[in-house]
This record gives sequence, C-alpha cells and structure tokens, in this order.
Amino acid sequence: MTQVFSEAGQARPATVIEAGPCVVTQVRTKEKDGYEAVQIGFGEAKRLNKPERGHLKGLTPLRYLREVEAEDISQYEVGQQLDVTLFSEGERVDVIGVSKGHGFAGVVKRHHFRGGPKTHGQSDRWRAPGSSGSGTTPGRVLKGTRRAGHMGHQRVTTQNLEVLQADPERNLLLLKGSVPGPKEGLLLIRKAIKGEF
Amino acid sequence: MTDLLSSVEQEQLKAEVPVFAPGDTVRVHVKVVEGGRERIQVFEGVVMRRRGGGVNENFTVRRVTRSVGVERTFLLHSPRVEKVDVTRHGAVRRAQLYYLRGRIGKRARVKEKRVQPSA
Repeated sequence: MTQVFSEAGQARPATVIEAGPCVVTQVRTKEKDGYEAVQIGFGEAKRLNKPERGHLKGLTPLRYLREVEAEDISQYEVGQQLDVTLFSEGERVDVIGVSKGHGFAGVVKRHHFRGGPKTHGQSDRWRAPGSSGSGTTPGRVLKGTRRAGHMGHQRVTTQNLEVLQADPERNLLLLKGSVPGPKEGLLLIRKAIKGEF
Repeated sequence: MTDLLSSVEQEQLKAEVPVFAPGDTVRVHVKVVEGGRERIQVFEGVVMRRRGGGVNENFTVRRVTRSVGVERTFLLHSPRVEKVDVTRHGAVRRAQLYYLRGRIGKRARVKEKRVQPSA
C-alpha cells in the first residue's frame, strides 16, 4: 500500500493493482456445460503442460485461469481482451483474494484473546487461551469455541472499495484502502454488488 | 508490479524538496480553506523531527505561543504545503528533539549553527 493526494490535498490510502489485460479463454454455455460463465486468463506462463497448451490454442500462454459469472455471455468470445477500461474513477468495486497464510496460529493472534498475566508468578500462561468452558454442566466444550488453529489463506472479499484511478495505458488500478492477500497476490475484481450507501 | 507501484509514488512526490534539518527554525506556508476561500497560513517554529520516506515523509514543527506548546506535523510532499522557508539553522546533536517538550523559556532554545559562507 501507498498513499496518494486528492485534489483537495488530502492523503488517501491506496493500493496499486496491475489489473489485466485479461483474455477470454472459454465461454461456458447452458447447452454444453449446463451453466453460463466466462473463463478468463491473466499473466504470462513460463511453461504449460500439453492439456493446457491444447486449451489455450491460438492464445498466448497464460499463467492463471479463473471462471467468473457473467450477465450476458453472448457479449464475450474467446480471445477477447478485458482491461481496466471496465472501471472508472469514483466507482465502487469488490476485491476477492486469498488472505495471507499465518500457519497454525495461537488464540491471541487468531482471535485477539488477551492471554494471561505476565507477572504475579505466572510462568507459562502469557498467551494461553484460559478456560474453554464450564464444569460438569454441560461437561463438554461447546461447538464453535474459538481455539488455536490454522489462520489465513482463505478466500476473502473486501467490499465497496473506491476506485481512485484507472489507467488503461499502464493497466493500473488504484483503489482506496487495502485488499486481501500478500504482495503480488492474484485478485479478482468485480463491480460492487451492494449499492450506494 | 513493483515498477507500477514506484511509478505511482513517483507521481506524488514534489520535484523540488525543501532542504532543512531538525533544529532549524522554519516558516511553513500551508494552504487552508476557510469558508470556501483558500488562503496561505504561515506556521513558524523549530523542526522537531523528520521521519518516514517516499510519499509518507513528514516533519513536525514545534512552537510555543502564550506558553502553550503547539506541534504540527506536515507531510513533506503534500500539495497543501506550499513552501518551507528556513530562517535559522540550529546546532543540535540528535535527530529527534523531544527534549524540547520538557523545557520552557530560555532552556528551550536551540543554538544557532553558523554556516560558513561558501566562497
């Protein structure tokens, strides 16, 4: 993330995204596939295996392929390019990504537990979860109790991010705020499904 | 990707960055909007610190008015900061002059650094 100045001189948080160009690689139709969708590809692949090469015949080797829903699939055909011109300044978008993986994380990091006291004779209770429930009644730990476990590396959607800038020449998309996932991570960007608020 | 990021940041930076250091006394010309009209306001004081880098580089100026200490932090590259004039160079031995906060009156002064005029 970085920041950019608005015309009024305010510094606004911004995420720089290399958005597209994406290529339509396949159109899923009701007759053939039982549902309607568009498959798009992005990036430059170093190496493709034979089935992939066959699938992308006549197209440049693409690193990522993703299927997205489309309102009207008749608008799309294989080989068609999609780029940042889809978005304009001031518009709201949703960004879908895979959050940063944190591995097996303790309860303090994962659920913001406070941990135990650091002093008063405590030796190993600093980041401990404490009690996980009552005693004989109910005699078990309730389902859904927050515990330590795998954190991150999940599909996360951030809604209603404002487009600060969309530059088709540099394939640049500047969004206000942060987006899920690590640097250089793959993102899916769509127009916001929720209206103005 | 990182090229794209740096190109965006580059656009935000000012072409000419005023030269000043902690301890200097500066006059900061700030654009303020008052009732729909824009005018320039000057804030004069001692530069207490400079921190950050790139677009986020900022500096804090401290002044004491009517025995009340006022500190304002400005983003160096903000378009609202019109210009920064250095009125006096200070001779200080640290980068963050937090010790000024605890001092009042004569003790809160900063010694002037005499710069040798270049021939």
